[in-house]
Amino acid sequence: MREPILEIQDLSVEVSGRRILNDINLKVYEGEVHVLFGPNGSGKSSLIMAILGFPAYKVVSGKILFKGKDITGLPTDERVKMGIGVAFQNPPAIRGVKLGSVLRRLTPNEEKINDLLRKVKISSSFLERDINLGFSGGEIKKSEVLQVLAQNSDFLIFDEPDSGVDVENLRVLGTVINEALQGRSALIITHLGVILQYINANIAHVLMDGSIVCSGHPTKILGQILNEGYAWCEKCLKVRTLRCEL
Amino acid sequence: MSEGKDAALRAISKPSPFGPDLDISQYSRQPRNWEPCPISSLPEDILRRALEVGVTPEDRERAGTFFQIDHSVIYRAIQRLFEDKIEIMSAKEALEKYDWLKDYWWRIVRVDTDKYTALAELAFDQGYFIRILEDQKITLPLQACLFISTDNLNQNVHNIIVAEPGSEAQIITGCTLHHTVHRGLHVGITEFYIKHDAKITFTMIHNWARDFDARPRSGAIIDDNGVFISNFICFKPLRSLQMYPTAYCRGVDARARFNTIIYGLGNSYIDVGSKIVLQNEGCRGEIISRAIAADRAQIYARGFLEGAHSGTRAHLECRGLILSEEAAIYAVPELVAKTQGAELSHEAAVGKIAEEQVQYLMARGFSKGEAESLIIRGFMDVSIFGLPKDLEREIQRMIDITAERAL
Repeated sequence: MREPILEIQDLSVEVSGRRILNDINLKVYEGEVHVLFGPNGSGKSSLIMAILGFPAYKVVSGKILFKGKDITGLPTDERVKMGIGVAFQNPPAIRGVKLGSVLRRLTPNEEKINDLLRKVKISSSFLERDINLGFSGGEIKKSEVLQVLAQNSDFLIFDEPDSGVDVENLRVLGTVINEALQGRSALIITHLGVILQYINANIAHVLMDGSIVCSGHPTKILGQILNEGYAWCEKCLKVRTLRCEL
Repeated sequence: MSEGKDAALRAISKPSPFGPDLDISQYSRQPRNWEPCPISSLPEDILRRALEVGVTPEDRERAGTFFQIDHSVIYRAIQRLFEDKIEIMSAKEALEKYDWLKDYWWRIVRVDTDKYTALAELAFDQGYFIRILEDQKITLPLQACLFISTDNLNQNVHNIIVAEPGSEAQIITGCTLHHTVHRGLHVGITEFYIKHDAKITFTMIHNWARDFDARPRSGAIIDDNGVFISNFICFKPLRSLQMYPTAYCRGVDARARFNTIIYGLGNSYIDVGSKIVLQNEGCRGEIISRAIAADRAQIYARGFLEGAHSGTRAHLECRGLILSEEAAIYAVPELVAKTQGAELSHEAAVGKIAEEQVQYLMARGFSKGEAESLIIRGFMDVSIFGLPKDLEREIQRMIDITAERAL
């Protein structure tokens, strides 16, 4: 029987006493790519922080299993070492900490780093810059993708890899991400779904007000969202709730 | 009695406006006597301490060397290649040799500034004289070590650095002590004369002990198109350190820059500032300071920019990192514009390590301790100081050695 690489069971999370995720259930199997849609503030990034175990994101019920092991109580670094790699949407700038020094910690293989730099089309001088300090939107995305690929994780999470990126860079990033996804499992958060032009996702979920309200075929769901907005999801949710009540 | 001695006597009880007021009578004036010898023949423990403050026994790595232990000058040498380009000698020797030197003595730092300058005049214990001859570009750094080997000793040095027109040099001064020394007072007067088109990069590293006091008093005059860069590094705990060096950009297009990195540990009371006075057209100044306060350390990071002439510009950047609930950092930036054409600016930020930065690095697999250590090291990054690459590497190496232990 196939085991999911990531399994989230009835997960509810609070930040500063405020509930931000409700009874989330999600199973990602080996080799599957899942997409998470949702309006601003619906809890998409919070779900990632909860998967990573950031201390502000307090699990009030449920659990997170990774490779069959309950990781709900583990510190972030231990979860990551088990094979989770995250490309953040808005990573913090850290003065004096060079991107290169972080990358070299993730992989001591200089050849691999140079190869990744070529793939994301960025010069090696980029490695000497303070991480995320004064980076443009495109540079942040490239830096995040570089780090995640250097980590060589089994499970990849990309938080809005397509936001704030111009067409040219989007093509570069989309191609690199798609290549990285071959044979791997992933969760990709996207607001407008532009990245889906470059990658093949298996299943999509819609997160509204901290709950997964809908799951289905990625292009079909994206099409509905682009046509009718998230109002369609609310309507769909009501219909399904009514059906259940009936 | 000379005018200087007279002024010193009047100021001998005058406290400094900053830092704890020290009872200067509590320190010993009885040094151990050291005979001149090559640095390489010094005991291993002295060499090790000297190396930590950038002073190497390898003559070939330095254009020239001055080494003083307690009140004795034990070594001074110039590498053959640079013999006709620089002069290095003890301050007493230089005063005897050059009559004109009296015109450079107490001309930038006033002898009656406070009790410490007065003490340096009344109980003068050597120090060095370094002169870079006209148009000479010195490709290797010069080094000076002011070492204390006697517990509770008072060491008062007076240094003069003259960069003749068109000359260029890097000078590393390491101030440190023997591991058996716990208490004491170091007073260091340093006067820099940067003549037109000359450039001096001066790096001073202090490594003292938990009950030690240091009161450096420095000043620089920079003439037309001259450049003065001063780097100060202090990473070891000490009882108190107070200094407020001043650079006077006197000539047209003169430039001054102060870079400071302080790591306050234990009960250290550290009050370090930098002043730049822009006195002529086109003068530029920059002060960059990084202060880290751990344990119960109290750090005052001061900065003072004075625009006294139009067409001048200066910036002050002060950042502080607090690693303990009991530590404190006081950032005190001051800007004084005395004319409309002076552009002065500052930015200051003090706080603890940002949690989101730690979490971000943990999400890359670093442990919490590793993430914090990386952030602290990054905070002390010297690449922003705009130094020559060799010197930058050397300072980074010293930071790594001391940070390793501090962290």
